[in-house]
Amino acid sequence: MEKKLLLGDEAIALGAINAGLSGVYAYPGTPSTEITEFIQGNALAQERGVHSRWCTNEKTAMEAALGMSYAGKRALVCMKHVGMNVCADAFVNSAVTGVNGGLIVLAADDPSMHSSQNEQDSRFYGKFAMIPVFEPSTQQEAYDMMSDAFELSERLKLPVLMRVVTRLAHSRAAVQISAPQEEKPFSPDNDRTHWVLLPVNARRQYLGLVDKQPEIEQASEKSKYNKLECFGQGEKKLGVIACGIAYNYVREARPTDVEVLKLSQYPMPVAQIQQLAKDCDRIIVVEDGQPVVEELVRTVVGADYAVEGRLNGKLPRTGELTPDSVAKAFGQAPFATLPAAENVVGRPPALCQGCGHRDVYTALNQVAAEYPGARIFGDIGCYTLGALPPFRSIDSCVDMGASITMAKGAADAGLFPAIAVIGDSTFTHSGMTGLLDAVNDKSNITVIISDNLTTAMTGGQDSAGTNKFEAICLGLGVEPEHVRVVVPLPKNMDEITKTIRDEINYNGVSVIIPRRECLRTLARKSRAKK
Amino acid sequence: MKKDIILSGVGGQGILSIATVIGEAATESGVNLKQAEVHGMSQRGGDVQSNLRLSTEEIFSDLIPQGAADIIISMEPMEALRYLPYINKESWVITSSNTFINIPNYPEESKLFSELSSLPHVIQLPIEDLAKEHKIHKSANMILLGMAAPYIEILTPDQLRSAIATIFARKGEKVVEDNLKAFDLGLENGKK
Repeated sequence: MEKKLLLGDEAIALGAINAGLSGVYAYPGTPSTEITEFIQGNALAQERGVHSRWCTNEKTAMEAALGMSYAGKRALVCMKHVGMNVCADAFVNSAVTGVNGGLIVLAADDPSMHSSQNEQDSRFYGKFAMIPVFEPSTQQEAYDMMSDAFELSERLKLPVLMRVVTRLAHSRAAVQISAPQEEKPFSPDNDRTHWVLLPVNARRQYLGLVDKQPEIEQASEKSKYNKLECFGQGEKKLGVIACGIAYNYVREARPTDVEVLKLSQYPMPVAQIQQLAKDCDRIIVVEDGQPVVEELVRTVVGADYAVEGRLNGKLPRTGELTPDSVAKAFGQAPFATLPAAENVVGRPPALCQGCGHRDVYTALNQVAAEYPGARIFGDIGCYTLGALPPFRSIDSCVDMGASITMAKGAADAGLFPAIAVIGDSTFTHSGMTGLLDAVNDKSNITVIISDNLTTAMTGGQDSAGTNKFEAICLGLGVEPEHVRVVVPLPKNMDEITKTIRDEINYNGVSVIIPRRECLRTLARKSRAKK
Repeated sequence: MKKDIILSGVGGQGILSIATVIGEAATESGVNLKQAEVHGMSQRGGDVQSNLRLSTEEIFSDLIPQGAADIIISMEPMEALRYLPYINKESWVITSSNTFINIPNYPEESKLFSELSSLPHVIQLPIEDLAKEHKIHKSANMILLGMAAPYIEILTPDQLRSAIATIFARKGEKVVEDNLKAFDLGLENGKK
């Protein structure tokens, strides 16, 4: 068998392709982006015509993947953890309809928030939707699980959630590659009663989902990804539950006299946990993200049994696990280190020199200074860096699209001037519907769609609305004279500030589109031409 | 045998290319490897690092425990100092001495270099200047890899050289030549 050095994300992608994938549907989001990019660049996927074009947001992606599954094919949806919130409606209901072709929903969580606003744990979504969850501990498992997860999905007729964390997604290791399987034949589902979720059908489907739970639990009990292992010769053993990547930190610490439940498939294998509790008199739960298993284990072993982990302070309550925090939980002394250096300061990320967003913030700061009540509502993307020095421009950044709707709500409350700054890709992801609300309410807001013709933050993927922004705004009902386009360059500063000033002074919805291509995308294109 | 390496620098300086070359050499020679990278927001001119673990035994954690790293390889001197808690008094620091100043409060350079020079095992060269001088300005990172090569031990300089040839092959002969020249320059000038 061939061996390849792959990122966790790439192992997932190749695992899916070789499992007979017919389509991946995704919106870029760190740390999940490289999965779709790998499929886009893979020769076999190209030859087979595997769908891999970027979607407008995670909800459209989830629904399209469900459609492909409906037609009998294997489909994959990929997103970062907060994308699960965007597609939650479709996701939860896909467990009620069930699936036809295998369907894997891949959520890449970001404990420690390397590139995110929160560290929500997607395993909760698996429990919420009552479906199986896979959580690989290594790149090899990530690869192997894709085929197994598709099979389980087809056997149970349910979507399967696969949860990874940044540290696996963005870490490289050698992976044994298996031979590619054929794609599934085109065979649309003919049973409408599964798919039409009128209450009469939905009640029956939901009951069916509840009835499947013992089978799903059995799959976990028998899973080759879950196993009990003993290390050391001592009689009294410490029980350890090591979830997903946490297993590696446990093994790295080489604790002696422990019994370890390696846990990589959920729902929790209750019988194995009961066995572990019987063999030991104390259990430490080691899991990356939120204390999902730690809370559930307490319900299995009872209130009197000692369960330790993130909730009792044995491990840090927040942030990703490290080999150091796990070794400490086993009572091990840290290695001797050199002391921290004195001459080191933080080096936060910054907008690139020459980036058009810089000119947008320079202009906004200049105009906003003329209005004591001015507030600038920001959004998710490179331009969120406008919060940091030297600009310190934005007053909020919450979730995809919130700039426009928060500006609207604040304007409803009397705030003036309420300015929203949103990128082109974020606008089509989740900004358009909010703009329609503002138009229908004749809200007094000024929206800046800072258009760099790409999804820049995640590495320059195609942006769904490129060349369509004026038409979208006009179509949503923004008045033509208040849809303004400028070119964000220092030499145009007078024109840009005048445009912003004019539109702030207009009592209604204005959209200003500063448009200039991302320098990185531009450089990449000119390199490719050479 | 194992070598745990922290690669560090500023987003965009090319530390991931160093990791790719070492990764190729490790795969070719059957050495186990895990390499945790940084993608996303911090690549925009912020501090970046990669944990690179090489071993003849099975590697578990993708991250290096504090104090366990054998080498820091850094494209920037302050970024080398940032990771001192990951090394111990036996470890080597191999760094560029060309500063990259994109923040207003960068430390006073005389103090920074005096702290750097006081470390038990340190090798520093102005790799950006050397690259310019030898007209291989895009290959500064391979000068740094050349400097580090004698200390990686688990892989030989020759194995790293052939990995450079493989990795840069698709970019053409000239690019391969420049990068090999850079590597050899680092190897010669880096020796203590």
